[in-house]
Amino acid sequence: ATRPGCRAGRPGGTRSPEALTGLLMVPFAGWSLPAHYAPGHLESHLHTRRHCSLFDVSHMLQSRVYGRDRVKFMESLVVGDIAELKPDQGTLTLLTNEKGGIVDDLIVTNTSEEHLYVVSNAGCADKDLAIMKDRVKELQAAGSDVHLEVMDNALLALQGPSMARVLQAGLSNDLGKLSFMNSATMTVFGVPGCRVTRCGYTGEDGVEISVPAARAVELVERLLGDPEVWLAGLAARDSLRLEAGLCLYGNDIDETITPVEASLVWTLGKRRRTAMDFPGAAVIMAQIKEKPKRRRVGLTSEGPPVRAHTAILGPEGRRIGTVTSGCPSPSLRKNIAMGYVEAAYGRAGTALAVEVRKQQHPALVTKMPFVPTHYYMAK
Amino acid sequence: GHAAVLAVPLASIVRPCPLPVPAGAFPGRPEPAGSTLEAFCGPRALEQPRKFTDKHEWISVDNGIGTVGISNFAQEALGDVVYCSLPEVGTKLNKHDEFGALESVKAASELYSPLTGEVTEINAALAENPGLVNKSCYQDGWLIKMTVENPTELDELMSEDAYEKYIKSIEE
Repeated sequence: ATRPGCRAGRPGGTRSPEALTGLLMVPFAGWSLPAHYAPGHLESHLHTRRHCSLFDVSHMLQSRVYGRDRVKFMESLVVGDIAELKPDQGTLTLLTNEKGGIVDDLIVTNTSEEHLYVVSNAGCADKDLAIMKDRVKELQAAGSDVHLEVMDNALLALQGPSMARVLQAGLSNDLGKLSFMNSATMTVFGVPGCRVTRCGYTGEDGVEISVPAARAVELVERLLGDPEVWLAGLAARDSLRLEAGLCLYGNDIDETITPVEASLVWTLGKRRRTAMDFPGAAVIMAQIKEKPKRRRVGLTSEGPPVRAHTAILGPEGRRIGTVTSGCPSPSLRKNIAMGYVEAAYGRAGTALAVEVRKQQHPALVTKMPFVPTHYYMAK
Repeated sequence: GHAAVLAVPLASIVRPCPLPVPAGAFPGRPEPAGSTLEAFCGPRALEQPRKFTDKHEWISVDNGIGTVGISNFAQEALGDVVYCSLPEVGTKLNKHDEFGALESVKAASELYSPLTGEVTEINAALAENPGLVNKSCYQDGWLIKMTVENPTELDELMSEDAYEKYIKSIEE
């Protein structure tokens, strides 16, 4: 077991050490990943909200973009203002197509080490890489200075209110100076060259640590040495992100949905909107003006849990939308969901209905996040 | 639709008794007490033997009334049950009819009638405490009681031994 549990499930890869094998392993984007560990999904979810959990998210694609023209390269693919990012600041951004559809959502960090650090979804890795490689070739042919490197690092997410206390014990840097969506390279519990980014997918204060693969297991073991830290799997990751109102690519957003419909207009950089220089800008800007026909909203309900593909009905009983993600919220003890409804029904507080197993149940359009987020801002 | 839905709050959402875990699955954490199947599901029933469906329901018939639940394999796979949708008393079911669903945070799992008959009782305790399905799947976590219209249908179900072999075959 010299290879990390991280990356362990990759087809043809080595097996994960017993310690990192979940109670239930599930296939995901060509990987075998833990759905949950021994305490179960519910306890794992609540532990993350009260303490902290460690998620192995090494299945996500990590890459670096080098070269003088790296910002130009990235801005030719995504909607965000990458040029305005301060050194070591990152942002969530969207890779779009010419029709304005969302090809992926990804985190781009403007590192102070002369490259952009990009984390994209595992399920989009192949198409993202193809798109990025094509654009690199195109730009290089036109004389631009840009090149792409796919990283072999493991990626560990440590999430929860006690994350800072746990991680600080292994740092010489002051974590108190690292705000949400900021990043720095540090030695973490004796492992040098870790890129620590204050971000995550749970709504809690948290970090994602990009660690050289050869020392990932060592770091996992050091972190798990603190009884505060529990391993968590995909199941808790999904219910935590849904409570935080965050989209899951493939469920809540895809290539047929625009950033406007997805209520992600905030990701469009101001300068980019004026310049209209991102893929699909014409469609997207027109949609902002004319208002979209449908939009992503949050829903809450009592009764049977509401799942993806559930029909959403208007006050007259007509189908006006579809749920894209839903679960009983462990934190709120009611059902939460997100989905797309005709824009006229999108206002928070609108009374709608959902149809579960042929029975209608009242549902309320509800502002997201469902559970308050606790992102850290340095004073 | 015949499936009336119990208004089950997400009460007792934290199951006090964790699932049995393989040794070493969770480093640094103590092994839960009583992690054998018997400690977990209570003593073996004294009534008639349970028969199983390939959808992981069990039924045990006593004085012409069948008690229906889900197997230990099924409750483990489903995880913490937080909501039970069960039919109304008086609902007539054919063999294989969907009669409700058990819901975890992660997923819904539909329930299918093992036999033809009429629902005579539902387990009201599940409204307050859906986690009983995990804690005591063969005893306190039963789901419905039903009449047995056609006793020969019982012969089409699996014995406990046959069901255990069936689980092994699907786990491989």
